[in-house]
Amino acid sequence: MAVTASPPSVTQDLLNSLPKTLKLKTKQQELLLRITTLGLIYILAFITRLFSVLRYESMIHEFDPYFNYRTTLYLTEHGFSEFWNWFDSDSWYPLGRIVGGTLYPGLMLTAAGLYKILHFLRFAVHIREVCVLTAPFFASNTTIVAYFFGKEIWDSGAGIVAAALIAICPGYISRSVAGSYDNEGVAIFALLLTFYLFVKAVNTGSLSWALASAFGYFYMVSAWGGYVFIINLVPLYVLVLLVTGRYSLRLYVAYNCMYVLGMLLAMQIRFVGFQHVQSGEHMASMGVFFLLQVFFFLDWVKHLLGDVKLFQAFLRITVTSAVGVGAVALGVGMASGYISPWTGRFYSLLDPTYAKDHIPIIASVSEHQPTAWSSFMFDFHILLFLFPAGLYFCFKRLTDATIFIVMYGLTSMYFAGVMVRLILVATPAVCLISAIAVSATVKNLTRVVRAKVQPVQGGSGKGTGASKGSSKGVIDNSQPFQKNGAMMLLFGAFYLLSRYAIHCTWVTSEAYSSPSIVLAARGAHGQRVIFDDYREAYFWLRQNTPPDAKVMSWWDYGYQITAMGNRTVIVDNNTWNNTHIATVGRAMSSYEDEAYDIMKSLDVDYVLVVFGGVTGYSSDDINKFLWMVRIGGGVFPVIKEPDYLVNGEYRVDKGAAPKMLNCLMYKLSYYRFGELTTEYGKPPGYDRARGVEIGNKDIKLEYLEEAFTTQNWIVRIYKVKPPKNRW
Amino acid sequence: MVAMEQPLLRIALLFLFLHFSILVNSFPSQHLQIINAERRIDLNSHIIKVYLTLKVENSGTTPASEVHLAFSPAEAEHLAVLKAAATTGKRKKKTYVPLDVKSAEIPDGPNGSKFFPVTLLTPLSKGETTTLEVLYILTHSLEPFPVEISQSESQLVYFRDSAILLSPYHVKQQTTFIKTPTARVESFTVVEPTKRAGTELKYGPYDEQTPYSYSPVLVHFENNNPFAVVEELEREIEISHWGSLQITERYKLVHAGARHKGVFSRVEYQTRSGASGVASFKHLLAKLPPRVHSVYYRDEIGNISSSHLRTDFLKSELEFEPRYPLFGGWKSTFLLGYGLPLQDFLFESPDGRRYLNFTYGCPLAQTVVDKLIIKVVLPEGSKDPAAVIPFQVDQHLETKYSYLDIVGRTVVVLEKRNVVPEHNIPFQVYYNFNPIFMLAEPLMLASVFFLLFAASVTYLHMDLSIRKS
Repeated sequence: MAVTASPPSVTQDLLNSLPKTLKLKTKQQELLLRITTLGLIYILAFITRLFSVLRYESMIHEFDPYFNYRTTLYLTEHGFSEFWNWFDSDSWYPLGRIVGGTLYPGLMLTAAGLYKILHFLRFAVHIREVCVLTAPFFASNTTIVAYFFGKEIWDSGAGIVAAALIAICPGYISRSVAGSYDNEGVAIFALLLTFYLFVKAVNTGSLSWALASAFGYFYMVSAWGGYVFIINLVPLYVLVLLVTGRYSLRLYVAYNCMYVLGMLLAMQIRFVGFQHVQSGEHMASMGVFFLLQVFFFLDWVKHLLGDVKLFQAFLRITVTSAVGVGAVALGVGMASGYISPWTGRFYSLLDPTYAKDHIPIIASVSEHQPTAWSSFMFDFHILLFLFPAGLYFCFKRLTDATIFIVMYGLTSMYFAGVMVRLILVATPAVCLISAIAVSATVKNLTRVVRAKVQPVQGGSGKGTGASKGSSKGVIDNSQPFQKNGAMMLLFGAFYLLSRYAIHCTWVTSEAYSSPSIVLAARGAHGQRVIFDDYREAYFWLRQNTPPDAKVMSWWDYGYQITAMGNRTVIVDNNTWNNTHIATVGRAMSSYEDEAYDIMKSLDVDYVLVVFGGVTGYSSDDINKFLWMVRIGGGVFPVIKEPDYLVNGEYRVDKGAAPKMLNCLMYKLSYYRFGELTTEYGKPPGYDRARGVEIGNKDIKLEYLEEAFTTQNWIVRIYKVKPPKNRW
Repeated sequence: MVAMEQPLLRIALLFLFLHFSILVNSFPSQHLQIINAERRIDLNSHIIKVYLTLKVENSGTTPASEVHLAFSPAEAEHLAVLKAAATTGKRKKKTYVPLDVKSAEIPDGPNGSKFFPVTLLTPLSKGETTTLEVLYILTHSLEPFPVEISQSESQLVYFRDSAILLSPYHVKQQTTFIKTPTARVESFTVVEPTKRAGTELKYGPYDEQTPYSYSPVLVHFENNNPFAVVEELEREIEISHWGSLQITERYKLVHAGARHKGVFSRVEYQTRSGASGVASFKHLLAKLPPRVHSVYYRDEIGNISSSHLRTDFLKSELEFEPRYPLFGGWKSTFLLGYGLPLQDFLFESPDGRRYLNFTYGCPLAQTVVDKLIIKVVLPEGSKDPAAVIPFQVDQHLETKYSYLDIVGRTVVVLEKRNVVPEHNIPFQVYYNFNPIFMLAEPLMLASVFFLLFAASVTYLHMDLSIRKS
């Protein structure tokens, strides 16, 4: 691909001698080839994400997408202003949630917009299908952006390779398979688009590109909280350019336009509001903005003064006073509380150990864990080796654009190392930089290979590739085994790339296409067994409980219960109120009578627990229980983690701590489980998820009663009994 | 004349009124009498079937052309089907000729009893007798008692009826047999002579009962058959002249038996399946037409994976389960969709019109549908729809927009309440259709693509830049 797409400048002089018709034809061929390749990549990026639909069904995956789906449904049914002013009383009972003011509406508006367009064109699709396919659709669009970005920083060959790499990169697929209807699905597109437009603006100094990048930024802000990365990376990039003496008017135009307009536009998002001028996380961009003004001013003064000595003195005074004023302004702002300090999430990015010590609720989420080496390998595969090579090529040809991609690559790689989910942010950079490596290597190697062929053929009318070879061939003849070596290296490169493609397809189909609502397993005879217990329970809640019933569960299932069960929940995945979550954690880790008082105070009608003891499903509530204890204990010191452990060990069998054996979570999970034989040859009450016989088989419930248990016991729902008559 | 007579009659004895009434128009003729009535009530499922054999004699002088059947108000309300047939011939050569049964348009009889006149084939002249076979089906007539049961209990229901046939005629001799599903009968009203043997209760024979005699009986018995009631069923039949019929059925299913009380224990339901949850049901069976394809079974939150389809040349059977077992009062909504080959159901009538020949009713076995809405979505461009249905339904037209529709499709909506499996009989929808409309959508798509390519060709040949570079 990279070979045929030779830049016109190299061949310009040769082509001029050819007849005009042939010249057009070559150009057209190249264009056709490029468009076809891009078109195929576009389709490939879409269809590789459809594994989940083929393996399971067209459904929304996991946890957060259910909230997004629910809000999108609300948006399409009630219109924008209702959605914007929506107070959701179905979650965070009794507090409720101001949905319009606490979400990034970009995703929902995008999906609802697509839905409206499709219906305008008379495609009677269901909103669910639109939501399911939004992420793949935007992944396809990302490949196009990656192509243009690659073209901007290197050449069109690198662009096409980048598009191909990002189309199937597992790091990106993990968050954009069909059904993964989450902010990240559109945000990565917006992120890359903003960066591309900004780099384009810096390269051209054009106001229109800068304006476009401001709108790209606006879309990013509306879609995902990760926009903070842009608003810190771009100033950092500008700062680096300033320090390295690459300041130019192009940069001045690009940054000022993008920052000022982008900031003003971002303020229109209610959830973001005035954070751009009030939050510590956004202060860097403002500092750089003022610094640029100082630079511009100094440039102007230098131009006016002409005297070097005088300018030096002026420079000293200006810089000192500017930095001084800035520092004072920041200090006053911080002290007066006008500028809010960094949030916990931001801290935990800079200091990976911060969350573990201070915010258990962030640390409890598996996707917030530091990344293991294996997952880097899993998500990037050969890109992990190509990345440094690409960096080498970038450093060899330093331009404003390559500096940007290098900075993007290095910073996002760091963040990817801090948190698993941020691998996603690093993926476009890694793909682009690797694409540069692949494209440059392949291009160099083919040049060598063609150089040997050319003298034999001696053709002058063979078109672009051959003629180009002839120009280079003379120089490369000096080294003997070069052609064979180049051939071998070329084969090696293609082998690696094909391994990459195989790996990506395998990872996509095996690891990243499970909706996690429906669990699939292999039966004893090799047949596929489907555990659809979650939906069984949620549908039961939806159909057979009073419409105003309040359901208490651990926060993980909150979004799903409201979306699929259509019932009010106490806490959900929008973990905005730590105390409320801690209250639920406390109820789950207390004895039944204490928990009953808490549940009564929260008007709880049903309690839902997830239990994997029958099926061996390991991410159930018993395995999450220590986090409930920790989060509960963080707010209510009566809950102490050591009470649930025996010599620092967490166990559920006979040797478990007495408090553990009698707390609400244990009782609800194992109620009447002792009567059930789960595995042949094991005693009744054998917990397959933890591989032990449970310690308390005689569980009596006084204040709750079993209301529903799903077929494979994965979800168990209990009804809270009304208070007893006092007389 | 009738109005003048009323006050007088009111003073007169009821007996006199019944015997000497001069209302002839459509009021039950008093010259008829029933020589023998035999009633067999089948209480096996929640759909009650009653087979009634009447031997009618005309004792008057004028020929009678109608025989009136009487129902109590409660029965009339729950009456789903009423069919009558005349029998001719004896024993093995017996043949049944269906008779026309009109719905009640006549003033009510005493105590609000409703009349349904049956028109005889030939008017019955003096002294003649004829035998009528009547089948009527009642729904929602079993009342669970106790109203709430726990998981381990079995379901007991009340059945209320009269030991004596409600009739506007004098009945010489009659017997009633009631068949219960199991031998467990908690109690029953005794109206001598009453006999019980196994699953059968026999009331009668009773002799010489005057018109409108009524003797309430109450039978309290066990019935664990699934009380599957579809509160609302919407069947959408979409016709595509490209060769397929797409059917989408939206069900709101409920267990209408005794409500579930207290705990649902999965351990007991799984390990003691014989004794636990006997009144609940889990399996449903839908009888679909043969050659059915692309069947799907889902609900608002996604696909439900527990279904099996068996197909053969005569029929297809879809065996499926709701997401959870249905206990009393529990609900489940779901959606069943399938495609059928068009040539099996769409025909051209001799006058050039096309008609859809499809089965009315609900494909689920042994269910009552409280409200059945059938929507026949005709292809875009079809005109003058007319539905031919063998029974009374509410009809109206709607417009639906589906894929690539511009003017919308005409939808014939047929609504009926209280539908039982006996309503699964064919109906027809006639309409005019010009086959040229079939090409509208492909042409539209083709022209859009053509325009797209034309636009990109123009774009590539245009230079929009102001400055020449």
